[in-house]
Amino acid sequence: MIKTEQLTKRYDSLTAVDDVSFHVGPGEVLGFLGPNGAGKTTTMRMLAGFVTPTSGRASICGHDVESEPLKAKAALGYLPEGAPLYGEMTVRRFLEFIADLRSLTGARRSQRLGHVIEHLQLGGVLDQTIETLSKGFRRRVGLAQAIMHDPPVLILDEPTDGLDPNQKHEVRTLINDMARDKIIVISTHILEEVDAVCTRAIIISRGRIVADDTPTGLAARSRYHNAVSMQLEQPAQLAEARAAVAALPAVAEVEVSERDARLTALPRAGATILPAVSELAVRAGLKLKELHLESGRLDEVFRTITA
Amino acid sequence: MRNVGIIMRRELASYFATPLAYVFIVIFLFLANVFTFYLGHLYESGQADLYPFFTFHPWLYLFLIPAISMKLWSEERKSGSIELLMTQPVELSEAVLGKFLAAWIFTALAVALTFPLWITVNYLGHPDNGAILTAYLGSIMLAGGFLAIGSCMSALTRNQVVAFILAVVACFMFLLAGFPLVLDVFRSWAPQPLIDAVASLSFLTHFESIQKGVIDLRDLLYFAMLIAFFLLATAIALELRKAD
Repeated sequence: MIKTEQLTKRYDSLTAVDDVSFHVGPGEVLGFLGPNGAGKTTTMRMLAGFVTPTSGRASICGHDVESEPLKAKAALGYLPEGAPLYGEMTVRRFLEFIADLRSLTGARRSQRLGHVIEHLQLGGVLDQTIETLSKGFRRRVGLAQAIMHDPPVLILDEPTDGLDPNQKHEVRTLINDMARDKIIVISTHILEEVDAVCTRAIIISRGRIVADDTPTGLAARSRYHNAVSMQLEQPAQLAEARAAVAALPAVAEVEVSERDARLTALPRAGATILPAVSELAVRAGLKLKELHLESGRLDEVFRTITA
Repeated sequence: MRNVGIIMRRELASYFATPLAYVFIVIFLFLANVFTFYLGHLYESGQADLYPFFTFHPWLYLFLIPAISMKLWSEERKSGSIELLMTQPVELSEAVLGKFLAAWIFTALAVALTFPLWITVNYLGHPDNGAILTAYLGSIMLAGGFLAIGSCMSALTRNQVVAFILAVVACFMFLLAGFPLVLDVFRSWAPQPLIDAVASLSFLTHFESIQKGVIDLRDLLYFAMLIAFFLLATAIALELRKAD
């Protein structure tokens, strides 16, 4: 359980995090979204006990991060932004160092070391120094460090930042694997990630929470929610189709993209327009390459909320 | 306190993972011998003791110790690994102490490697080995004082070069605290007790008797308190600035 109450961090004149309160419970994967500089990293650093809050409180599994920092840290696995590591150490030495700091001993120590090495596929690079590793491997070492002691709570600051699509996919698979029995908070500014891994998303802007919802709930706020998008086979029909669709009573607005002969009809609030639009397409003899119902565009919601 | 040992071992191993340790030891031994033979005239003095050797230690340390201490915290802050370290279940004091001890043990190792000089004087004559041992102890205490100051300066900045320069200047002030260069700054305005207090902080005064082989508890206490003070200052500086 992660709990924050009116968490605030001020630097001189700047309020980096302003009155942030939320709870995260078991089984939840919380996506922490926001533009760069919105206060995501500062919030996570306060949860991890690296930055002291100016006011307000935060606790990890019931342990206050200020009054019981060691207990809070013991319950937490944390991947700092950019996954800083000790570059001159070999992967093996580094993981052993972390296992020691996590007070793992005896059979449990070797079992956990074996587990993270296997789980993050680090077996092949154990004796390489960390500075010679690729970015993807370095991130994996960072994650290995975070899950070394099998913590109930994981906080990962931009775990996929700077990785290529394959590596991003790997990291997301890992997070999904762990999601069942852990509380996970990840920060990101990549919106596809929210759909891929999160059960809940908090959007933060200028230090304040501006939205707290499920990814589906957020998408539903989009003006594209329940919009109908279709692509025509003959671009020549575009103008004609546009006029016909716009004339439908439930359609609020029609957007046209000449480039790929695509037409998007936005519904009036609460209206369902798919049946009407598809019927119209048949009636008007429009040849369609594709027709689909949009669930909403997160990036558009994100821009609207944080602008 | 178990963490002190873990952090110390990691830190110490990291010295030897890069050329730093070897370069430092070679340069230290080279300069120590140059000073002893060319400036200290060990042979020409005709005495079987290591006085010419120890007498240059403060000056040798002035530039070489900050080269070790500069990376203690600046590097961690620059690379961000301080965030990794401080989000493990570790007390700040354990980290400060662990890293300082690693640097101290490393320096002590470099000093210990000057043992051929000790063998040499024993071969040449009959030196007072007790006095030599005391002087070694004093030299290591002095190195500890320099390192603690350097650790504090390193905690103040992310830039290692700045940390080096700050440490050299601060150590130089402590070295010469009993000399007119420093005292004149205070003489014009400060009351006599303060001037005496500043003068009593001088490294050289406290090192002088030890290097002659005289152990005065007050001298040892002086270095111990100096180290404690600057490690505390390191912790405070880190607490305030670690996330900047």
